[in-house]
Amino acid sequence: MLAKRIIPCLDVKDGRVVKGVNFLELRDAGDPVEQARFYENEGADELVFLDITASSDNRKTIVELAARTAEEVFIPFTIGGGIRKLEDIRKILKAGADKVSLNTAAVRDPSLIGRAAERFGSQCVVVAIDACRKPGGWEVFTHGGRTPAGIDAVAWAREAQNRGAGEILLTSMDGDGTLAGYDLELTRAITGAVGIPVIASGGVGTLEDLYRGIVEGGAQAVLAASIFHYRTYSVREAKQFLRERGIPVRLTWR
Amino acid sequence: MGNLRSVEKAIEHLGGRCRILGRPEEAGGCSGIILPGVGAFAEAMNNLRAGGWVEAIREITDAGRPFLGICLGLQLLFSRSEEGRGDTGLDLLPGRVVRLPETAGIIPHMGWNQLRLREPGPLFAGIAEGSYVYFVHSYVAVPADPAVIAAVTDYGGEFVSAVSRGNIHGLQFHPEKSQAVGLKILENFLLIVGDGVGTCRPGRQDDFDPGSDSDFGTDAEPER
Repeated sequence: MLAKRIIPCLDVKDGRVVKGVNFLELRDAGDPVEQARFYENEGADELVFLDITASSDNRKTIVELAARTAEEVFIPFTIGGGIRKLEDIRKILKAGADKVSLNTAAVRDPSLIGRAAERFGSQCVVVAIDACRKPGGWEVFTHGGRTPAGIDAVAWAREAQNRGAGEILLTSMDGDGTLAGYDLELTRAITGAVGIPVIASGGVGTLEDLYRGIVEGGAQAVLAASIFHYRTYSVREAKQFLRERGIPVRLTWR
Repeated sequence: MGNLRSVEKAIEHLGGRCRILGRPEEAGGCSGIILPGVGAFAEAMNNLRAGGWVEAIREITDAGRPFLGICLGLQLLFSRSEEGRGDTGLDLLPGRVVRLPETAGIIPHMGWNQLRLREPGPLFAGIAEGSYVYFVHSYVAVPADPAVIAAVTDYGGEFVSAVSRGNIHGLQFHPEKSQAVGLKILENFLLIVGDGVGTCRPGRQDDFDPGSDSDFGTDAEPER
C-alpha cells in the first residue's frame, strides 16, 4: 500500500541550518547534510531544503548542498527558495536534487512551470503555495510570505497542475510557526481541487496535527519543521503514532 | 529522480565503480550495464536509436552480460508502449507498457510502496517481503510471459514492480532513492555483475536532462 510521506523541512541560510539547536547527537548541527542524514536514519521519507538566504548570489552554495546531499543521502530530496530560472533548476537537478520547489518565480512567470516540466519532467517540479486567509478564500503570497500576489490559492493550485506541476507544497501562513495545526479547510480545498499529490505544511505542533492533515485535509504527505528540529518528536515517533491510528506509513527502512 | 548522478553515487557509495557511457563502444570494458531513465518512452527510444544503442543493448544482453533497467529503463525492455502516440521498445522481453488505471488513485504513483516478491532471484537476496521502495511513474509494464515477474506492488490493483529473466532485470522503482532496501538491491546487482558496471547515456552529452531523455544505462565497475 502506498505510504503517506513524512517530510522534515530544513531551513538553510548561507549554507547552514537555521534551526535545530537541540541536535546534541550531531557533531555539527549546522551542517544541512549531517541533519539530512540524521533524518534519513530516523525514517524520513523525503527531505525539503528551504533556502532562505536573502541574497541572490548564493546559487553556488545551494548547488553544492545538493551535490553533497546526493552523495550521502539515498531518499528523495527537494530544494526550494530563490530559484528563478530554468538554468537554476538545471544546475540543482544536475547536482543531484530530485525535485525543485518554485514559488515566487512561478507566480511571476507561470510559464516557468510548464517549461521546467517539459524539460525535466513533472515529477521534479513542485509548486510551493504560501496561502493566507482572506474573506471567502485564501490569497497567495510570494517573497517568503511578504508580498500578496492578488491571486486565489485554489485557482492557482489548479493552474499549477494544468501547467505541469507534479506536486503542490501547500503552506498555511496563518498556521506557520504557530504550532496550532495545519489549516485543514485550506488543505481540503486544495486537495479537492487538484489530482496531483499535495504536501501539507505550516503549523504542526502535535502528532495529532499530522494525522488530521492526512485524514481531514486529504494530504498525501505532511511536512513539518519545528517539531522535528526541536526534538519535540522524532520522525519515528510520528510514524508510530500514525500507524497506530491506521495510516499506512513506512516504518522499517533497514 | 532516477538521474544518472544518483545511480552513479549510489554505486560509488557501495564501493562499486560506475562509468557513464556516452557511446555504445564505451560499453566494452563494463561487465554490467544499467539503463536508468525518466521521461517519455518515445523520446527515450529515439535517443537510443540515434545513439546506436538498440543493437548494442541487444548484443550486450545476448552475450549474457547483466543488464538492469530502472523506472523507464524497465519499460524500455518491453515490446511497445502506449505512452503518447505509442512506440516500439527494445523488445528484449515480450509485453507492453500501459497507463496506470485512473481508478488506481492519484497519477503519477509517487512515494513509498511495498514489494511482494514473486520469484526472488539473486537480485532480491536479503530483501524482506513487504519492503518499501520509492516509485514515481504513470505507466506500468504488462509482460506477455508472467514468469518474468519478479515482484508486484499494489496500487488500485497489482502492477509489475520488478522483472527478471536470466541476465535481464528491470525495476519500476528507484533503488538509488530507496534507502537501505534500494542500496541492497543495487549491491546484489554488483555481486551479479562481479567486477564492473556501466551506465549508458545516449543523447545529449553535456545537458544532463533528468526529465526527458538522455539518461539511460549504467556501466559501472565495482572494485571487489
